[in-house]
Amino acid sequence: MGVGIEVTNLNAWYGTNHTLQEINLKIPANHATALIGPSGCGKSTFVRCINRMHETNPIARVTGTVRIGDLDIYEDAKPVEIRRRVGMVFQRPNPFPTMSIYDNVAAGLKLNGYSNRHELDEIVEKSLKNSALWDEVKDDLRKKSGASLSGGQQQRLCIARALAVDPEVLLMDEPASALDPVSTSKIEDLIFQLKSQYTIVIVTHNMQQAARVAENTGFFLNGRMVEFDSTHKIFTNPSDKRTEDYITGRFG
Amino acid sequence: MVIAQVPEIRIHQSQLLPAPGSPEEKRPAKAVSREISAIRAFLLSRGNSAMADRGFHGLMVLCALSIFGIVALIATELVLRSKMAWGQFGLDFFYKAYLDTYTGQPMYWDPVNGHFSALPFLYGTLVSSFLALLMAVPLAIGIAVFLTEMCPRWLRAPLAFTTELLAAIPSVIYGLWAVFVLVPLLREHVNPWLIKGLGWTGFFGDDNPTGLGFLAAGVILAIMILPIVSSLTREVMLAVPHSQREAVLALGATRWEMIRMGVLRNARIGIVGAVILGLGRALGETMAVTMVIGNSSEIHRSLLANGSTMASVIANQFAEASGDLHLSALMEIGLALFIVTIIVNAFARLLVWMVTRGAPSSTH
Repeated sequence: MGVGIEVTNLNAWYGTNHTLQEINLKIPANHATALIGPSGCGKSTFVRCINRMHETNPIARVTGTVRIGDLDIYEDAKPVEIRRRVGMVFQRPNPFPTMSIYDNVAAGLKLNGYSNRHELDEIVEKSLKNSALWDEVKDDLRKKSGASLSGGQQQRLCIARALAVDPEVLLMDEPASALDPVSTSKIEDLIFQLKSQYTIVIVTHNMQQAARVAENTGFFLNGRMVEFDSTHKIFTNPSDKRTEDYITGRFG
Repeated sequence: MVIAQVPEIRIHQSQLLPAPGSPEEKRPAKAVSREISAIRAFLLSRGNSAMADRGFHGLMVLCALSIFGIVALIATELVLRSKMAWGQFGLDFFYKAYLDTYTGQPMYWDPVNGHFSALPFLYGTLVSSFLALLMAVPLAIGIAVFLTEMCPRWLRAPLAFTTELLAAIPSVIYGLWAVFVLVPLLREHVNPWLIKGLGWTGFFGDDNPTGLGFLAAGVILAIMILPIVSSLTREVMLAVPHSQREAVLALGATRWEMIRMGVLRNARIGIVGAVILGLGRALGETMAVTMVIGNSSEIHRSLLANGSTMASVIANQFAEASGDLHLSALMEIGLALFIVTIIVNAFARLLVWMVTRGAPSSTH
């Protein structure tokens, strides 16, 4: 089961570039939350602050508080511990090319020393079923490499890999932007099914996608969060003029 | 309307172009009736330089083909000159021992009695190269991991530069350093310790007080192949896409786990290539090895014993070979070394290339 995320006064910098400014936001548990906005508005930086991935860039810096459930992730824990609880799916599918499909899914567990063979089998199967990939790969689990799948399958494999460690939060950074329309709709269906079990934060360029999968939507512009509300309200009756301009396609 | 005009224009242009080889081709086209600028007139007055271009093309092809020519010439020469030894010993040359009529001991390389077998040199080459890899590979991978994954930015360039500078030092300098520094060090401090601790294995006999031998050759070879192995390993590690590192980190990996699973695992084929390329260097390295290996034509189990490699025996005996057969036998060793190093290097390059240019099975 997922937990909520509470962000208070979050600021982020890349070098001297102030990419996130005073973000305050409550993301509800077990719902999908979409973040929209034009390129470079800080939405990707924002999700990378939730699992402390942005710190892997040595010039990045962050102030403020992010709470996942009861845990203050910048005060109470190390990045490694956070990332075991917060799964992430990236823009481009990045399965491990030298590993079989099975090993790709089990990678997170094996990494952390989980070696109960029987349970691993079950978790791999469950994760692949959850990511709607099981039927397509069940006969080649150990035969085929993660790289031999199509782009859309690879992305679902990456989702299975993230789900296998039973995360509380699933971050998706434009998970469908490198995929064709059919694969995209599969990923969207998947998000729709998964959101009852996980807290999902999805960054997207595609406003229709946000409208289709998310209950809540946040609109980012120039490193600030302009508006956060129910998806319905954002797309039908936004409070801020800039949100309206973006949604109606006047810029971005 | 516009679409309909396009073919018309094309026809018009093609009519203006003179037929290839026609007298018109050589004359600047002055069909244009309007007044021409000085620049235009100058450009029109130039020929099409077709001859010069063809000549240039031919010259460059010649330069490129000369590579094949050189390789073919070397191979032919080696084959021709080693014919005599090949005719006399055939395949025996690579493994057979001869009984010395005087002492009754097996002899492999006996210029006095005209018996030649390359086995001790094959053995010496393998042993010294293997020792070199054993020492150089872990160190080289460590250097590459540090440089690509954890080195502070300011230290990266100086460190990479120094590593690669090692490759520029002439072989004979390494040899001198080994003779004056490494060998005494081994003789005084390392070898006694090895003999005492590991003498029971039989690999560290105490019958050679000089400090010269396989171990000294292995150490100097390790230092010499370190730059190529570490710089190629670094190259293939850098070729691993950043997304692979992120994928592992996002699963909650520590830095070491990320390097192991996200980097080394993906780069392993290329690293094997780098190691094999290092092996290629070690097999053929001559000068420094000749100076420290002790140059004996016998086979000893002890790594502290004297020996020879294929390259070192050629360097050592070529100038004073005792006859045509001796010379021819040396040539045959040269031919064998030539073939082995070419195969080893080609294979290694292929592996490195597969990683840095995108392996056939890779998505990125």
